Amino acid sequence: MDKKEFVCIGCPLGCNITVETDGAEIKSITGNTCPRGADYVTKELTDPRRIVTSLVRVQGGEMPVVSVKTASDIPKGKIGECIRTLKKIELQAPIHMGDVVAENVCGTGINVVATRTVDKL
Amino acid sequence: MKKDLVIIGGGPAGLAAAVAAKEAGVDDLLILERDARLGGILNQCIHNGFGLHTFKEELTGPEYAGRYIDKVLALKIPYKLNTMVVDLTEQQTVKENRKLVTVMNREEGLYTIEARAVILAMGCRERSRGALNIPGYRPAGIYSAGTAQRYVNMEGRMPGREVVILGSGDIGLIMARRMTLEGAKVKLVAELMPYSGGLKRNIVQCLDDFGIPLKLSHTVVDIKGKERVEAVVIAQVDEHSKPIHGTEEEIKCDTLLLSCGLIPENELSEGLGVEMNPVTKGPKVNESLETDRKGVFACGNVLHVHDLVDYVSEEAAQAGKRAAAYLQGSLPEVKREIPIKAVNGVRYTVPVSLDVERMEDIQVVRFRVGNVYRDAAIEVSFNGNVVSSRKKKVLAPGEMEQIVLKKIDLEQIEDLRDITVAVRQKEEKIHG
Repeated sequence: MDKKEFVCIGCPLGCNITVETDGAEIKSITGNTCPRGADYVTKELTDPRRIVTSLVRVQGGEMPVVSVKTASDIPKGKIGECIRTLKKIELQAPIHMGDVVAENVCGTGINVVATRTVDKL
Repeated sequence: MKKDLVIIGGGPAGLAAAVAAKEAGVDDLLILERDARLGGILNQCIHNGFGLHTFKEELTGPEYAGRYIDKVLALKIPYKLNTMVVDLTEQQTVKENRKLVTVMNREEGLYTIEARAVILAMGCRERSRGALNIPGYRPAGIYSAGTAQRYVNMEGRMPGREVVILGSGDIGLIMARRMTLEGAKVKLVAELMPYSGGLKRNIVQCLDDFGIPLKLSHTVVDIKGKERVEAVVIAQVDEHSKPIHGTEEEIKCDTLLLSCGLIPENELSEGLGVEMNPVTKGPKVNESLETDRKGVFACGNVLHVHDLVDYVSEEAAQAGKRAAAYLQGSLPEVKREIPIKAVNGVRYTVPVSLDVERMEDIQVVRFRVGNVYRDAAIEVSFNGNVVSSRKKKVLAPGEMEQIVLKKIDLEQIEDLRDITVAVRQKEEKIHG
């Protein structure tokens, strides 16, 4: 039997949650105030995911970079690869908020989109 | 130039105030913004987590700002960029009270705008190294976390490669992740207090996810390096925040980021002689978010530092609405101001007073507590009699709290003299 401690990121309460596991099987979840805590730790144990926000270089724009995000959360283990992929991209202004900057990033099936508009200089 | 309403600041507070004032029928208004674009600090907050309350979705800072900028453009609200307000005064004539807003920009030079009403929405700024009294040389490589955030996220420059962060406020935590993703090595975050000032979710997502250590009850006691930061010395502190001799540790780095609190930016308010609240370092305001100067309203981080931008937008919209009522003559004169007192663990309230006749059906009172409390309650009293008590599992200084007062409840109290907001802990309740 394994014991793991988590701090839930679901809300500002930040419950300290303890999970007991036996191999891949979750035996017990304690310390959470609400069901979201149980969902969070289950996901953290099986498929932890994060939304990634970063920057992509821009040529000929009013700003040298444009802020971007993954359209939804991607596996935590892919964060580094995602960032490295974005560093290789160079865009040409203008860019509009919502424009797809990278399709199916790192094979996650999720697009990276611009989160601001960068006008042409 | 004459204007009915001038809004100083084009960040989240100024934008929401302008939109609400325009929607309430004020057409002759102007936003003054000193930066090259609208949106204020949100422009450099490229991380997500904004707007959960307002839009029921998680937006990044630029996206959240974008929603309000779009409204400003759609409503054709005029604004001036790269324009700095350098002075704010009042002029009382027989007919009316006017505000004189002295502004400066590159195209028009220095000139004065006469305004019938003003909304202060200048935001806040970071506590600097000078204000923190860290000894050592003054080499390059020391930045406030927000300055570093602007360099990285808007100008595409990296302030350094090996980083130590002092202070675990949310900007410091967010920058620890940001610098790591950009290829820097963040060696540690040191926090003077025994608890972090940032949200727990940010400790998990920004530090734990990347294995960055957080040292509580630690501070920087020396900065090494003459031209460029070469190392910082950190030490553990005792319960009086004094460094403990013998716990010093030298950490090699080329950059020190400071994330040690925000201070409302009130030079203009003080110049006008607005009465200030020493706790918030923002103006004292009544239920209409009006300062002690008639027709001068305040909202957002210039009034008190907020944790969520959603609350800034909400508060600012209220200021815009009330300024519109003032201009349209539908805001009654202040007759009987009832003080709202912050006691027993509640550090301050915004507003500090209310006039039952002037108030709307519902009044939100926002506040912060001074310590971490568990299993406590927030108690509201009228004339010393407890009228409501709301249980809270956790109360922390990093999170803003609020209570809601109803006009119908207040109208029923005969001879209402004061309203108090207090933290009540379980044990104390048993005794008394």
